[in-house]
Amino acid sequence: MECVVLDNAPLTEAVFLLRVAANTAAFTRPGQFVQIAVPGFYLRRPISVCDWQEGELTLVIKALGQGTARLRTVRAGETLDLLPALGNGFDTALLGDEPLLAGGGVGLPPLLGLARRLLAEGKRPRLLAGFNTASEVFLLDRFEALGLPVTLTTADGSAGIRGLVTDALSGLRFDSLAACGPLPMLKALHTAVKDVPALYSLEERMGCGFGACMGCSLETKHGPKRVCKEGPVFTGEELMWE
Amino acid sequence: MNRLSVELSGVRLKNPVIPASGTFGFGQEFAAYYDLNILGSISFKGTTGEARFGNPTPRIAECPAGMLNSVGLQNPGAEQVVAHELPALRSLYGGPIIANISGFSVEEYVRCVELLTREEQVEILEINISCPNVRHGGMAFGTDPAAAAEITRAVKAVATKPVYMKLSPNVTDIVAIAKACEDAGADGLSLINTLLGMRIDLSRRRPVLANSVGGYSGPGIFPVALRMVWQVTGAVSIPVIGMGGVSTARDVIEMMMAGAKAVQVGAANLVDPMACPKIIAALPEEMDRLVIRTLSEITRV
Repeated sequence: MECVVLDNAPLTEAVFLLRVAANTAAFTRPGQFVQIAVPGFYLRRPISVCDWQEGELTLVIKALGQGTARLRTVRAGETLDLLPALGNGFDTALLGDEPLLAGGGVGLPPLLGLARRLLAEGKRPRLLAGFNTASEVFLLDRFEALGLPVTLTTADGSAGIRGLVTDALSGLRFDSLAACGPLPMLKALHTAVKDVPALYSLEERMGCGFGACMGCSLETKHGPKRVCKEGPVFTGEELMWE
Repeated sequence: MNRLSVELSGVRLKNPVIPASGTFGFGQEFAAYYDLNILGSISFKGTTGEARFGNPTPRIAECPAGMLNSVGLQNPGAEQVVAHELPALRSLYGGPIIANISGFSVEEYVRCVELLTREEQVEILEINISCPNVRHGGMAFGTDPAAAAEITRAVKAVATKPVYMKLSPNVTDIVAIAKACEDAGADGLSLINTLLGMRIDLSRRRPVLANSVGGYSGPGIFPVALRMVWQVTGAVSIPVIGMGGVSTARDVIEMMMAGAKAVQVGAANLVDPMACPKIIAALPEEMDRLVIRTLSEITRV
């Protein structure tokens, strides 16, 4: 699907927000992703959808490697070729009335679309966001604009609570969890919240992103699953956490 | 008259374009993008005697003009394939199916062939003796002419369908392996499988792949594949399916000019799920430009 870039704005030194005009009919759940063809690179790059509305996608991307660094340079008016609406996304029926959304760094973006969906369903989500340092913080204003209570942690204490997201859990009231971020963060959350219904969005290096190559397979309690197809969102119960 | 039609050991294909094993699963994922019935054939995911998860992740790495994979033959096992995957594929695709079979012992190859050769929809057996991602099997059989011949003979003894041996490029002399397979009774050959490669993550100072090494596929290997197909078809008289980096209609024609009777498309499916339909649609116009009336009239250069 050829999509015209509407704008590309930096949020931090490494993170940028791309808005693209796109047919969004195929998207069903927050937490789904797109595969973007990057000019000059062979494989597409899997990027989670931050949010979408009729005819428009918002992608928040961190320039981590050469491909995402190239994407940072795209300008309004250029076209990008992307495969839309990949993966399962967050099943909000598995979350309670007071879900905690926990995001670490560039794991934060898909939680914005999830927050909007939960609010539309009459639920009362809150956000717990973790970053390394104050200069890397992004997107919190958008969660606040939706009216979510926001708790911020930074590893170096330069903003919010010093420490990791798990250090800020004790004061928060929630009946379920949706989390996206680095695997160590997800493991720490799982250990901390054990019996609470929880959804975790995972990352893996992907080939195709639509279930064909078996590159991103994961052993679960219910047999092998593809992060790109049966995931990227898994329940805490089905993951192995070894 | 169908200008695109080709034949492999008596099996008629409406066109020479076949998605390659390991890049197409059992077709399900692509049926969401197009009607599979436009395809000449389908080579399904490499199947072994027992279910396999394969290697640890990461098992994908990017390369200039291609990718590495170290999947390691993840598949649900031959019995599950017969019980579930094949009927599901048949409901989506009415054309001839190529069963891609792998193993870790002669007995395992034979057991898989016995199961799959009975399936009516399977019209060709493609015996993978070239997987670079598994120990004690796969490529070990495809790098030694005597071992390749042994597997060929064992499989031919129980097969009721044409047997195509899928060869590895990771050898000193692929022609010697090809001839050994032909002499042992192979009905045809498929080549090439992936080229063994490696990438290193510079900042972490360790291999990108958890398995350290993996198979290189994509347009970067096309000239190597073409050369090997040309060398092999110059030395054997059985039909060859050419593969390795094929991404366009021009690549298909070039592969056939190297001597291939049909062509498989691999990595291209993974970066564009519409790769095969685009190639098939572009073939007639490309043939017109080159004044080729029918693909079957193409002769080896």
